[in-house]
Amino acid sequence: MKKIKSAAELNALQEELNARLDPNKPCIAICCGTGCMAHGTRNLVERFQQELADRQLTEKISLRRTGCHGFCERGPMVVLHPQKIFYQRIKVDDVPEIIDKTILGEEIIDRLLYRDPVTKEKVVHEYEVPFYKKQMRLVFGMNGMIEPTRIEDYLAIGGYGALAKVLTQGDPQAVIDDISAAGLRGRGGGGFPTGRKWNATRKAEGSPKYVICNADEGDPGAYMDRSLLEGNPHSVLEGMIIGAYAIGSSHGYIYVRNEYPLAVENITLAIDKAREMGLLGQDILGSGFDFDIVINRGGGAFVCGESSALFASIEGRAGEPRAKYVHATDKGLYDKPTCLNNVETWANVPLIINKGAQWYAGIGTEHSKGTKIFSLVGKINNTGLVEVPMGITLREIVFEIGGGIPKGRKFKAVQTGGPSGGCIPEAHLDIPVDFDELSKLGTMMGSGGMIVMDERNCMVDVAKYFLKFLEEESCGKCTPCREGIYQMRKILDRITNGEGKLEDLDTLEWMGQAIKDGSLCALGGSAPNPVLTTLRYFRSEYEAHIIDKKCPAGVCKALITYGIDPDKCTGCHACARVCPTGAATGEKKEVHQIDQEKCIKCGACYEACKFDAITIV
Amino acid sequence: MQEKIAHIIGKYHHDKGFLVPILQDVQKEFNYLPKEALTTVGALLQVPLSRIYEIATFYRAFSLTPRGKHQMSLCVGTACHVRGAPIIQDGIERVLGVKAGQTTADLEFTFETVNCLGACALGPILVVDGEYQGQMTLSKANKLLKKLGKKVATDEED
Repeated sequence: MKKIKSAAELNALQEELNARLDPNKPCIAICCGTGCMAHGTRNLVERFQQELADRQLTEKISLRRTGCHGFCERGPMVVLHPQKIFYQRIKVDDVPEIIDKTILGEEIIDRLLYRDPVTKEKVVHEYEVPFYKKQMRLVFGMNGMIEPTRIEDYLAIGGYGALAKVLTQGDPQAVIDDISAAGLRGRGGGGFPTGRKWNATRKAEGSPKYVICNADEGDPGAYMDRSLLEGNPHSVLEGMIIGAYAIGSSHGYIYVRNEYPLAVENITLAIDKAREMGLLGQDILGSGFDFDIVINRGGGAFVCGESSALFASIEGRAGEPRAKYVHATDKGLYDKPTCLNNVETWANVPLIINKGAQWYAGIGTEHSKGTKIFSLVGKINNTGLVEVPMGITLREIVFEIGGGIPKGRKFKAVQTGGPSGGCIPEAHLDIPVDFDELSKLGTMMGSGGMIVMDERNCMVDVAKYFLKFLEEESCGKCTPCREGIYQMRKILDRITNGEGKLEDLDTLEWMGQAIKDGSLCALGGSAPNPVLTTLRYFRSEYEAHIIDKKCPAGVCKALITYGIDPDKCTGCHACARVCPTGAATGEKKEVHQIDQEKCIKCGACYEACKFDAITIV
Repeated sequence: MQEKIAHIIGKYHHDKGFLVPILQDVQKEFNYLPKEALTTVGALLQVPLSRIYEIATFYRAFSLTPRGKHQMSLCVGTACHVRGAPIIQDGIERVLGVKAGQTTADLEFTFETVNCLGACALGPILVVDGEYQGQMTLSKANKLLKKLGKKVATDEED
């Protein structure tokens, strides 16, 4: 495609591309997000291509390889346009039938439809699926409409229109005022007002100024940034270019995890395409504004999501945070004024410019505006990415969008904010989700991980898990963080081994506070949160480990024994076959036994038993 | 080796700021970071070896020892943890006889844990030689290990 030299030319191209879209032309939109790819979507795409070619239909039916649709639980999935028929858990051999029956014959294939686990009814259209119904997919919804590797697709639905608007108006300060008026707050976790950050960087002295996209999505359990970069990279680029224009920067970086190969690939391609078309580089759209972006891949260190550690990493050093007496907006990367925002924050920018600050500010709660994408994972029926307006309750997310807990088990907690956050019990499920309400509960919004836990998850074990994670990821610079987390983890080790004392709980509390007070960066500053919140809401579970020497959830190895329920055992021998130590034995068709001397509590028998006969007490 | 490393550094215009991505590419080329590679990078970029060593040991992605023929990475992110990743980790460690982060003596397997692969809906996830294997269980992991030549009890009747 040729270079676009002005906003008018861009508008003309957008219209031309849009006119080419035939709303009635059948289109097969296949989700090619990482989740669906892991389900084997690659073979599915090939089969569709082959079958369409065999039938000489490639002109009449288009095939769109889109980014993540969000409903990862039901992959591989397709949406058939224009009717928006939703087929899920598709197999390669279903492909000919889909083309012949549904696309050519307008017949619905019942077995590929989604069945609502609550009402037991089959759902035909994507928009009727309960998982999507309660969502407000402003940022994420575009994923299904475009092929991320095709800039034409993004342009055809009005992409880069916000950039053209901003450049035509020619008033950088007005852009910042708009972002401030919209009430956009940082989606990476901190919730800092974006407009204020931009303004500070704009006003700061020094040049060059840097604009950075933080795509070092290190929170375990969160993957919305990955899916945005993979599925709609141009929306992130457009946001960054607008931000750079408003701030007065010509140098941009995207710091992305190397563990996200598809995201790196798609964003690299998007940058090349945008540059080729004159949307990045020198004299963007003939406005005289220059801006370009370089990609920097991270090295797999959680702490590099922290601003000053991220700068150190881009500068080619070990990612150690520094004290922030001076803000990054004044002295950030290479000690120059720097504006660092998260992927999702950048992706919100074009939306605000296009639809207006007032419209945006109308969504959400008083101090948290717009929508937020959460990754709803763990022990939940409808696992996936959900985008909801701020202010929705946790209960609505978990039980309506998420469809509740699998296997009829009981909900125990939902963990937000990653290793910096905390676990929220059922009693607080009705609070509206926004930055401030979550902080009040001792947790935080974080980047958007929402891990649901059921009665089979031990809260002491979960707290220990996070401490172990942070112990490894602490950069080691501040002693309270480096040594404190280690000591807290040692205490939890003792408790989960049945060697805890009640006074340990007090020690955990004061030590947690000391770590918070004595650490430079947010990693240490929030590290004790998972322990402190579980102590606050699930103290009885700690006490059961200490006083009764029991793990009520049946997780902590030292405190549990495996057994066999004679009423349920059918003597199928499955447990004995998988037992690595020969502890599970028995004659076929007779009740089996577990030799406690030999049992190493590996869980193999529990997994293998199809009759629920293995007991853990 | 010299030539290959010079080529990689050339791709980044000899910019010291790209030390982390340069080392990533070097590791991709040689499967780990051999000592000579580090000294070569240092000499070509004029960065002291101590700084390179600092980076190579700070970031989790780097390995200073040779890696095995088969790479097994188990995701131990929160979502995978609550769905039973620790049980699978124990199982793999038991079969391979090494702990996470180590390589078997015959250089056949490297087993490591990663903190989150960002495909949480499929948890627990095991990546075997670059292929994502979702909804992992102890028995599925054992079957994979068996396929790769390890002697292990599985629930297949043979």
